Amino acid sequence: MNSDYEMMVEAYSQAGGDARALQSSGIAHLVVHGNQVLGQNLVPGLLLEPRATPDGVDIALTVRAGVTLAHPVHLCFGVLPKEGEQHIAVKAVIERGARVSLLAHCVFPNAVRVVHKMDADIRLEENARYDYTEAHYHGDSGGAEVLPRARVQVGPGSAFTTVFSLLHGSVGALGLEYEAEGHDGSRIEMTSKVYGRGRDRIRIREAGLLAGRGACGLLKSRIALRDDADCEIVNELTAAGPEAKGHVDCVEIVKDRARAQAIPVVKVMDETARVTHEAAIGRVDRQQVLTLMARGLDEEQAIDLIVGGMLK
Amino acid sequence: MSDCLQVENVTFVADGCEILRDVSLAVGEAEIHAVLGPNAAGKSTLANLIMGCGGAVPTRGRIVFRGEDISRLPVFKRARMGLTLAWQEPARFEGLSVRDYLCLGMPQRGEGEAAQALRDVLLEPSLYLDRLVDRRLSGGERKRIELAAVLAMKPRLAVLDEPDSGIDMLAMENMVSLIGSFRVRGASVLLISHRQEVAAIADRSTLICGGRVVATGSPADVASYYANTCVSCAVRRFSGTVDKEEVSRT
Repeated sequence: MNSDYEMMVEAYSQAGGDARALQSSGIAHLVVHGNQVLGQNLVPGLLLEPRATPDGVDIALTVRAGVTLAHPVHLCFGVLPKEGEQHIAVKAVIERGARVSLLAHCVFPNAVRVVHKMDADIRLEENARYDYTEAHYHGDSGGAEVLPRARVQVGPGSAFTTVFSLLHGSVGALGLEYEAEGHDGSRIEMTSKVYGRGRDRIRIREAGLLAGRGACGLLKSRIALRDDADCEIVNELTAAGPEAKGHVDCVEIVKDRARAQAIPVVKVMDETARVTHEAAIGRVDRQQVLTLMARGLDEEQAIDLIVGGMLK
Repeated sequence: MSDCLQVENVTFVADGCEILRDVSLAVGEAEIHAVLGPNAAGKSTLANLIMGCGGAVPTRGRIVFRGEDISRLPVFKRARMGLTLAWQEPARFEGLSVRDYLCLGMPQRGEGEAAQALRDVLLEPSLYLDRLVDRRLSGGERKRIELAAVLAMKPRLAVLDEPDSGIDMLAMENMVSLIGSFRVRGASVLLISHRQEVAAIADRSTLICGGRVVATGSPADVASYYANTCVSCAVRRFSGTVDKEEVSRT
């Protein structure tokens, strides 16, 4: 076992991943450091083909029709040195009736000048399900540029959910862009949770097109900012299909000199469709703080608990 | 009976408006003291001053808790001394479980005690410990969980701001019994309420009107005074027939 692998596994654990999953023969996993595939395991019904490129890895992922994977697929991406670039390109097909859950941890504990790009093209056929959770772990230097992009086609009766979380350390720059289109009876849920610190610059754009009859969607953002962090979040939700319905829910809490901007864009293109949105930006709710202080927590403890709960 | 809390000649002025004038009352150890009064009488302002919410400090007078002047102490220090407040409209928290919320105020932070506190407010622990203290709780459920959190904290004095509001009639008897249980546990209660049937459990009552104490005595006497004097005054004030000086004379 080489030392890069051991260090990746250690960083994976620090990021909240379960290292035992990377050693189990019954659980699918893939570990990529820079453009090197350090570890891989497959399970029946899952095709996972990584191919190294000069600056990263191209991954073809297919879940065969009707297959339900019993355990999440564990993915670990990262760059351990202070400098480097990693470009992960994913093409995923979830065939008819298949179900898969992916748990990705992206680790950049020492980043001073690191670029991490993720480009994903995901297609869900009929009555499929794809749950994707991506958790980031960064050091304190704020030296990474993280650019996750995804384009998703959600077939009839299928469900696509994603949770992107960046809660540990200072990222530097984040530019997230997810777009999903839902067909008849489909469901799209996209959630982003980010804690911005230092001089972090955070840009998030999530767009959902509810094109099919009865398609539904939820775009949810929970952002906490402190120090001099800056965030702009754009949530676009369009209900174009008959009886499509969706909701945009954005909460941003700011502290110190941090700045936040939320831009909800909601569109309805059918008289039977409906989209709602709610957004709240500002400091932590005062009554919440006072309630916790009346239980004996000081103000900092109270604010930490409230922000931690919001990002949980 | 020694006093757990003394509010001494407290006047409170905010934005040039006198909200409380020369208010004095005392709550003995293991005593329930009810504060009655119409809307906008200053009851909740008094509760917030006692707890120190929002940094509010008496313009004149002082608040003494267990022998110490706490008028300028921050909220959390008052809480650590054994004083707490249950709000009329309790806050909701995203991502915070009932279990964790109840354990916040517990000296021992034991789940068994959290479960018992839920049982005390007639909520089944297995159904509630893992739920979140968020918008999905009904108003009545949230109110009971707030009372459970106060119970779990084992305070020396709990200020309960209208604990009966939003509680259905069937649960009212339990609510009154629950308030009484603070006394059995050796804790004092300052009970703010509109309902005379709830205030009847108190050992003493104080009636506040227009920011002033207008009567103090047994719950029955104060309730009678409230019904016969304040309510008729309020009706006539609403209808425009009250003498402008009448309130201050009372």
